Amino acid sequence: MEHIVLRHRDIPGIDKLDVYIANGGFEAYKKVVTSMKPEEVIDVVKASGLRGRGGAGFPTGVKWSFLTKNRPAYYVVCNSDESEPGTFKDREIMEKNPFQFLEGLMIAAYAARAAVAYNYMRGEFWTLARELDKKIAEVKARGFLGKNILGSGYSLELYTHLGAGAYICGEESALLESLEGKLGQPRLKPPFPADKGLYQMPTVVNNTETLTNVPMILARGAEWYKAIGTPTSAGSKVMCLSGHVNKPGNYEAPLGITFRELIYGEQYGGGIPGGKKLKGILPSGASAPILPATEAILDTPMDYESVAKAGSQLGSASVILLDETVDMAWAALKMIRFFKHESCGKCTPCREGTYWMLHVLDRINDGQAVAADVELLGNVANQMVGKCLCPLGEFSVSPVLSSLKNFRADYEAHLKDSKKPAAKPAAKPAAIPAAKQTEIAAGD
Amino acid sequence: MLAEKYRNQIDATLAKYPADQKRSAVMPLLYIAQSEYGHITRDAMQEVADILGLEPTQVASVVGFYTLYHDHAAGKHYIQICNDLPCALRGADKFAADLCAKFGVKLGETTADGMFTIEGVMCLAACDKAPMFQLQNTEGIKYYESQTVESAAAVMEELRAKTDQ
Repeated sequence: MEHIVLRHRDIPGIDKLDVYIANGGFEAYKKVVTSMKPEEVIDVVKASGLRGRGGAGFPTGVKWSFLTKNRPAYYVVCNSDESEPGTFKDREIMEKNPFQFLEGLMIAAYAARAAVAYNYMRGEFWTLARELDKKIAEVKARGFLGKNILGSGYSLELYTHLGAGAYICGEESALLESLEGKLGQPRLKPPFPADKGLYQMPTVVNNTETLTNVPMILARGAEWYKAIGTPTSAGSKVMCLSGHVNKPGNYEAPLGITFRELIYGEQYGGGIPGGKKLKGILPSGASAPILPATEAILDTPMDYESVAKAGSQLGSASVILLDETVDMAWAALKMIRFFKHESCGKCTPCREGTYWMLHVLDRINDGQAVAADVELLGNVANQMVGKCLCPLGEFSVSPVLSSLKNFRADYEAHLKDSKKPAAKPAAKPAAIPAAKQTEIAAGD
Repeated sequence: MLAEKYRNQIDATLAKYPADQKRSAVMPLLYIAQSEYGHITRDAMQEVADILGLEPTQVASVVGFYTLYHDHAAGKHYIQICNDLPCALRGADKFAADLCAKFGVKLGETTADGMFTIEGVMCLAACDKAPMFQLQNTEGIKYYESQTVESAAAVMEELRAKTDQ
């Protein structure tokens, strides 16, 4: 199919402003700013069926429509924090198709009547942020930013803002805190950003990929976009493919292609290295339950509804593949190590829960655990469910609970008492060493 | 002093945010401080606090929270290898161990000449091009993707040759 978001793969040099403009770039923005009302723009995006590509899948036009004429958004913030393990699409978009992304962000700002837009990028995108600053200056030099744009009376400034290494800032309220110069810790919701966002003003927060879809939707119409994908999951999605796959990378495909097509299709992943068997699929990085690679799962369409029905989430479609050689207890350890490190420490279930899951997983992977430790691991995870302040805390139980459910034998193989696990009385959880207790008290 | 030496850069940064929201500039200013001093010293935190009208503890808490800020001296160049799950599936753990062995350190340690700190870090959004690392130093941050121990060592030796002891 024709690329909508990764359009640089069809049009070489589209990262140059002249080339972008020669290919219809900023036509949608010009049309929007000079001839459409903000609510008309919102209606088109709503009708297109575009849903948030950062992971939540919330309808973009609906999000924008929370802002009313009498209560306009003062800020639009793009979430380019991209920190989910397995996700590397927003970086490619901003590097290779930067002007379409900026145009999308600018259209969103107009629709929300915002006078200032920020692109919050993870700190590691330092070099990319400098490039993007230059592109923004070029766009401004053409009169698309600044005061009274194209004589429309609309004024907009656009800035990049760099984070400094914190996964939690991908959560929108933590991102806003960080943009305000504070610790990136989530806020209690409600109020939601549309009500009280950046500097307590109404704010729209959208993901990079979501916004990059917008110029084409405005240029070609909602019907055109809606015809791609499935009736409830419209459009295309950039799928990030990593792990055990012949051709890792980003692939833009209509929503609804099957895991099998993406993983084994010649134009996509091209199968598993060495012809090995696929064991597990993480459809959305470390954040959504791991699926066993059964025939039924492989034939599941990659749209929001079908993946949820199969027991996981499409999320950001950052698909990590695990072949038959992978020990799922080790994979869970890797993922929990990530969540433990990235827990912001604000809420107890996540701060303590990730800490304990990591310690029990360490014990299991070190061959020091007994059957009761596996139970304990499940208990800790289950006690966190529904109790964390933000979705990122909730995500952290997924690797544990889903691997316990689908790959329990991998855990049991590590146990000291693995030969007769059922015959032994349940052991007490190992005592916490004094040093560790001090560490907990110190708020590790 | 940062306020004098980087006046233009600081003013341009402050201009991005509303006049009554100077605190938003704390992270960009900390990057300036870090590239000036190599790491963020206590005095630098005080300087940033003074520029923004904050308490030094407010600045210190930001330094402590975010992993790209360093509050103590280590290697002149941070070699930060992603060893999260997707990279590990493509050999990042072995890459990290072999690179460390080549430079005579353990992961997280600094080479004897104070040139490199080799660390394992969390996902860097480059999973399809593992093994990879990012280089962080006073110049900023740069990615090196699809690496081998040899290619990474070559990058590091070149850096060593260019950097004053």
